[in-house]
Amino acid sequence: MKKFKILIGLGITAVAGFFMVAADHIDAPAVQGGSSDITDFYAFQGENTSNLVFVANVQGLLSPAKTGDAAFDENVMVEFNIDNTGDNIEDLVIQAIPRDGKMYFFGPVAPSQTGLNSVIENTATNAGVVAITPYGSEAIVSSYGGMQFFAGPRDDPFFMDFARYSEIIGGMASSFNNPGSDTFAGTNVMSIVVEVPKAMIGGSGTINTWVESKRK
Amino acid sequence: MKSIQNIKILTLTAAIALSALSCTNLGDDMTNNPTPIDFSGTYSQEDQMGRPAVNTVFTSGENKDLFNVTIPSEQNAAFQSMFQTNLEALSPAYSQPGDQNALGLDAAAFTGVLATDVLNVSLDGTTTFYDGTNVLTGRALNDDVITVELLLIFGGEDFTENPGLSDDHVDMNDKAFLTSFPYLASPW
Repeated sequence: MKKFKILIGLGITAVAGFFMVAADHIDAPAVQGGSSDITDFYAFQGENTSNLVFVANVQGLLSPAKTGDAAFDENVMVEFNIDNTGDNIEDLVIQAIPRDGKMYFFGPVAPSQTGLNSVIENTATNAGVVAITPYGSEAIVSSYGGMQFFAGPRDDPFFMDFARYSEIIGGMASSFNNPGSDTFAGTNVMSIVVEVPKAMIGGSGTINTWVESKRK
Repeated sequence: MKSIQNIKILTLTAAIALSALSCTNLGDDMTNNPTPIDFSGTYSQEDQMGRPAVNTVFTSGENKDLFNVTIPSEQNAAFQSMFQTNLEALSPAYSQPGDQNALGLDAAAFTGVLATDVLNVSLDGTTTFYDGTNVLTGRALNDDVITVELLLIFGGEDFTENPGLSDDHVDMNDKAFLTSFPYLASPW
């Protein structure tokens, strides 16, 4: 327990006050609270088990009152990275970039360059577009070439008693409560969801995947 | 342990079967636009994420931004040692030689997995962070990833150690997920 408290010294919650850092919400100073702050990443088999679903959430902790004003940033591209050769370097990317109320998707496509800097692969054969769902509207989805697309506000799917975790890390509590309290209850995120045929990303075996936000 | 090792050992030679779909309606959408859409320019990385909570829990404060702009293939060399130091401080049992978590991973092995922050995803079936049987085959919306991580950090070899720290007792989302696309619940 003593060492558990030492964590404070490690800078995990370095400053007094209530730090909202969780799955990846506000994980680092340069991105926290901004339009490029990734809150979560999911990858799972679709309702059609021949497909895989990728979910990237950005701009977490939106209250219902603030959600209507939230928007994707046209200077921020969200990129799903897929390594299907086991070297943790992306072989394929799926890019999502908003323009004028629509989210454009390019890929899966082999990127013209890997790593920290990217160009939009807007000549990719695999591509799609969907109108960004306004707050308060039914989800708008689209399909192109066996893929499905969504972009817009959703309930934050992440759940955790982050408040109690912070108290424990801060030395103000020694254990979780039972039942706990979901710190993310009642909050929204801006979500990007894309479902792709597994055949487009390797077909079988295991892939390594991660999501990035990149700014122009 | 076995599953994670298998994942790491797997040599993936899956052929990239990019489907030969020709033009989609997207082309029409673009050409019908009176002003061409500008997709030019270079986009530079600001944030990244593979597994949940890794940067938050294991990276020391002054390195959190650096972690977000270190490509995954270089993360192990740059961060495994720091992760191990922080894990052993967070859960002191790990600093004892031979101490392992329920996956059979000691501090070095566990942080060796975590430091490369990618999500391993199976294309062959169940996709879950951990469901009692499958380990690190994806991340589904209803996976209780925080409790899984707390168990692996604090729960010891059989998930029984530090019961007060190894489960936050928030076991599900505050809204039901959808069975169909887009799967996430409507906003509040």
